[in-house]
Amino acid sequence: MTAVEANGKWVGQALRRKEDPRMITGRGNYVDDMIVSGMLYMHVVRSSEAHAKIVSIDATGAREHPGVYGVFTAEDLDIASGLPMAWVPPGVEIKTPEHWPLAKGEVKYVGQGVAIVLGSDKYGVVDAAEEVLVEYDPLPVVVDPEKALADDSILVHEEFGTNKTHEWSIGGGDMDAAWQEADVIVERRIVNHRTAGSPIEPRVCLADFRGGSLTLHLTSQNPHLIRLFMAGEFEMSEDRIRVIAPDVGGGFGVKISHYPEEILAAWSSKQLGRPVKWTETRSENLSSTIHGRDQIDYVKVGAKRDGTITGLECKAIADFGAFYTLLTPFIPAFTGFVISGCYKIPNLSFTAIGAFTNKMATDATRGAGRPEATHLIEVMIDQLAAELDMDPLELRRKNFIPKEDFPAEVAIGIVYDSGDYHGSLDKLLTHVDLDAFRSEQAELRNQGKYRGIGFSTWMEICGLAPSRVVGPSGVGLQAGFYESSIVRVHASGGVTVYTGTAPHGQGLDTSFAQIVADRLGITPDQVDVQHGDTGTGPFGLGTYGSRSLAVGGESIARSTAKVAEKAMKIAAHQLEAAPEDMELADGKFSVKGSPDKGMTLAEVAGGAYIPENLPEGMEPGLEETTFYDPENFVFPFGAHACIVDVDAETGKIDISRYVCVDDCGPAINPKLIDGQIHGGVVHGIGQALYERIHYDDEGQLVTGTFVDYALPSAADVPSFETDRTETPSPVNSLGVKGVGEAGTIAATPAIVNAVIDALRPLGVTYIDMPLSPQNVWAKIQEAKGSAVPPDPGKQGGSFDEHGSGSAGSGPTSPSEGGGL
Amino acid sequence: MIPAEFDYVAPETLDEALAALKDGGEDAKLLAGGHSLLPLMKLRLAAPTLLVDLRRVPGLSGIARSNGGWTIGAMTTHTAMESESDLGLMSAVAHTIADPQVRNRGTIGGSLAHGDPASDQLAILLAYEGSVVIRGESGEREVAAADLFEDYLTTAVGEGEVLTETRWPALDGYGWGYEKFNRRKEDWSMVAVSALVKKAGDGSCEDVRIGLTHMGNVPLRATAAEQALRGGPLDAASIAAAAEQAAEGTEPPGDLNASPDYKRHLARVLCRRALEEAAK
Amino acid sequence: MASRVPITVTVNGQRHVGDVEPRQLLVHFLRESLGLTGTHVGCDTSNCGACTVHLDGDAVKSCTVLAVQADGANVTTIEGIGSESDLHPMQEAFWEHHGLQCGYCTPGMIMAAADLIAKNPDPSETEVREALAGNLCRCTGYHNIVKAVLSAAKATSGQEVTL
Repeated sequence: MTAVEANGKWVGQALRRKEDPRMITGRGNYVDDMIVSGMLYMHVVRSSEAHAKIVSIDATGAREHPGVYGVFTAEDLDIASGLPMAWVPPGVEIKTPEHWPLAKGEVKYVGQGVAIVLGSDKYGVVDAAEEVLVEYDPLPVVVDPEKALADDSILVHEEFGTNKTHEWSIGGGDMDAAWQEADVIVERRIVNHRTAGSPIEPRVCLADFRGGSLTLHLTSQNPHLIRLFMAGEFEMSEDRIRVIAPDVGGGFGVKISHYPEEILAAWSSKQLGRPVKWTETRSENLSSTIHGRDQIDYVKVGAKRDGTITGLECKAIADFGAFYTLLTPFIPAFTGFVISGCYKIPNLSFTAIGAFTNKMATDATRGAGRPEATHLIEVMIDQLAAELDMDPLELRRKNFIPKEDFPAEVAIGIVYDSGDYHGSLDKLLTHVDLDAFRSEQAELRNQGKYRGIGFSTWMEICGLAPSRVVGPSGVGLQAGFYESSIVRVHASGGVTVYTGTAPHGQGLDTSFAQIVADRLGITPDQVDVQHGDTGTGPFGLGTYGSRSLAVGGESIARSTAKVAEKAMKIAAHQLEAAPEDMELADGKFSVKGSPDKGMTLAEVAGGAYIPENLPEGMEPGLEETTFYDPENFVFPFGAHACIVDVDAETGKIDISRYVCVDDCGPAINPKLIDGQIHGGVVHGIGQALYERIHYDDEGQLVTGTFVDYALPSAADVPSFETDRTETPSPVNSLGVKGVGEAGTIAATPAIVNAVIDALRPLGVTYIDMPLSPQNVWAKIQEAKGSAVPPDPGKQGGSFDEHGSGSAGSGPTSPSEGGGL
Repeated sequence: MIPAEFDYVAPETLDEALAALKDGGEDAKLLAGGHSLLPLMKLRLAAPTLLVDLRRVPGLSGIARSNGGWTIGAMTTHTAMESESDLGLMSAVAHTIADPQVRNRGTIGGSLAHGDPASDQLAILLAYEGSVVIRGESGEREVAAADLFEDYLTTAVGEGEVLTETRWPALDGYGWGYEKFNRRKEDWSMVAVSALVKKAGDGSCEDVRIGLTHMGNVPLRATAAEQALRGGPLDAASIAAAAEQAAEGTEPPGDLNASPDYKRHLARVLCRRALEEAAK
Repeated sequence: MASRVPITVTVNGQRHVGDVEPRQLLVHFLRESLGLTGTHVGCDTSNCGACTVHLDGDAVKSCTVLAVQADGANVTTIEGIGSESDLHPMQEAFWEHHGLQCGYCTPGMIMAAADLIAKNPDPSETEVREALAGNLCRCTGYHNIVKAVLSAAKATSGQEVTL
């Protein structure tokens, strides 16, 4: 569409980031850094019960506390609508409970908001909140999704008469035929346990209602959507609401949703005529910010003796918790979209069944449904290979969609844009000498040491999204998923870019500037990228689903192309040349072959803003807008290898090597790509080895602080070896795919497969995450035929055989180390 | 997370500190490094009404060697102990505590007085057969490690008393090993085992002490394993046989990461490894 | 109401005299009383290290130190070790090696790392990783942080860092 070719000077360079100088000097601007005069602090009183009737709330003591301006409960709130859930799939009924910012009459999970206290002192509101006395009448609790789906289960929402939320399916081919053709069928129950996204910055909001308008500073991945929701809740016009996400300290999906606290802060600000700030504690973050995963996958795969896969079926039981946030029931559908993985599988069937339980909601966290898919597919491939007595890589190669088949439609009807799955695996094996590894492994086994290697040849679907596919009449999300941009060249030649994406660590200020610079013959330093403020740029959809570059970046590329085209016309006109004889070379819009006859962007811009010599009929100014709606998703892919050493006596796992070859299309900034991969992989390592959100049978959250919810530190993970292949996507002009979730989507099966590979001589053939030392040890004992106590962390397990401690007993002091 | 209100004093002398503690009554607490107490206060699991900060009291920190032993002041930080490599096992153990920032603040006296059986240094003091000096209104007393740890988070340091000094026999000529088992580097031990071994001239085991961390409500010695090894050979088979008894008589508390059975298993494995290291 | 306590604290070379509530955490004193918002809070259990500052030359978690405990002390925060025009070598290395993404853990991470190389000028990769065990980052996977710290340490000796 563009007449102007980018001259590739900046794209592809590993530039250091424009964002960093303020951040490394402590001058970042996060929401909690803001203090406004007259500001009140909000504290949320939360349910200590997983399921209970609220008998009474006595706030007398709290109201009398010095500096307290108000205590409010659900009865006080007058808002027009509850919290939104955005999925209405055509033809499928989803039981959707009302979800209000504070509990009405009954609490349904630990951490649910019951009341709010507003006060002028940060510490004083916490003291006052302790004086809000809530009397509960406990109700029976259900925390296990499979028990919740049983006919006689305790009900989370009486009015539905069931805990089953809905059933949604996607498939293609003929499953009966798949099983008939198969010589071998393998079935597994694969648990993908609940985790927490855990950005190091918790959620924070600062709401200021004045003059009939609301300004909300918020730790958000999509401020424009939040503004839209708030407009509905407060029955206001969007033009009276401004939502600003300044520097945001990581999101990982948990800052997509719309949460009670921003509504409560805004409502309180309106009520009390003061700005109101709420800062989440980490404990609140773990109890009351969305969780991820929590899917039990019943998987069946069939293959012919030669390894040809005939079919794959998955029934996913998804634990949604008690209420929905923005996308809760939709997340397992993402598992369905990539249920074919990298493979040509003629017969596919995926069904998601949702369950209410007395827990916090699950929703999108890094990968959202696709890590679950990769995990179940890649683990099953290894399980199948073992059953066939076939090399797992050979089995993969045999079933990979060949490069020449792209764009490739898989049996469920989704068209993969481009791919070279053999290519990334081949490249991975240039880094990992498998033959050498196998002989080393055999030697170590003779010494009683257990080393294993595991692979994950992964693909995913991202670049959310073609609106026609996922919108109301497609998959059923009640929104469009295009992305907006404005590229504004100032009179002096500097450029401001407005993007509807909302980066929170991705480095888009830098990579977007690289894209623009090449297309306008300037340097990235001359391009300022603005985002996250609904008061400046056009409506945008935000940053999640690895969409920012493939959708937001393409939008910017298109706006920039339009600007360049106009600039070229202006330059041609002023240089008295025909536009088709012009080129952008060496930073100038110049006449082809006559580099001295040219104008810089600044010179052109000067002419555009002082319109004395513009082509006939041309408007002054130099800025362009694009709303880009992609034709298709993009489909990144790659191959990962993980080598582990397992201490078979204790069950402890050490990752000694982790190698990744990933393909997200042509690199805009390789530095940023590597960084995304490193972080994504560690997120996956976290789930595989360390992290688990655990509720006990009473619905109490056992892993409620960073003491028990174990994010890995630098001391717990290795360095990485990364490499890339670059297979352009035909979907956008940049050829790019997403990379933000790739590492997380890829990692867990590589680790699990490696551990199984290590322990096969001991008889271990399968293991679920998390691979905690105790779980691994128990699995080894089980394989040996020894009696093993049940996993204390599994739902329904009991971990204190002496009955002498409460859940989470152990050290009372939250941080290690002595010193009173 | 914010502590409940309290009053604060930072006396200049030990006598003033004792007087302040007395005035404060049962809800007064001593503050040393604060890395056990302040986290509890922030979660409002502890709410003392008065903190008596020992930071200005002179003479409470430092490491000195005399009369065949070490005296280590109560306010000595884990970092200071870690940095004194002549402390052998004590230094190595200090290095494994939490993370550098915590070690820069946390103190040996604070850890011991707090009495958390998951803390690293308690079982070490027990294995060394060391002691602590406790000052009270009525004067000073020395309490042997074996008498210090009374129950979960309960020590012989009484209300109105200050643990001022720790005393450790040098145990020159002892080999040592420390096996700490946790999930993440910064975590508390699920189980840790410390071993001190003295070899006789013929290579046999003249003396052995084994400390168990997080295997009960208080730190423990693995006495059965010690008895099995003491006086006998130090070969791999003898060590392995002795280590099998490491968990004898223990009733470890279970938690999310480790059931009592798994902990007993870990104690046996770690004991063998610690003894092998100590006997090298 | 507990009585307030007078303190004198020197922060980044600037002397501050005032009364504080005994329970005020040093991190809140720095952020809210002095406006030094570079020091962050990421947890409530002394695990994440986002609040790391130097107290009399040692890295500490300022969420687990009372402001009154810093009476008479020298505190250095991220704002005090370098500026945009005069970066500390550790800041420079984090920038160069992409040791940060969202930037939230970064000040604490840089302060912990600066303390390490002040005391151990030539650390191994393992030593760097262990020294950062008390600082959690969710974005970077630590790879580039470790690379940055090794690079800052070796900058003066001219050694190459390969990772």
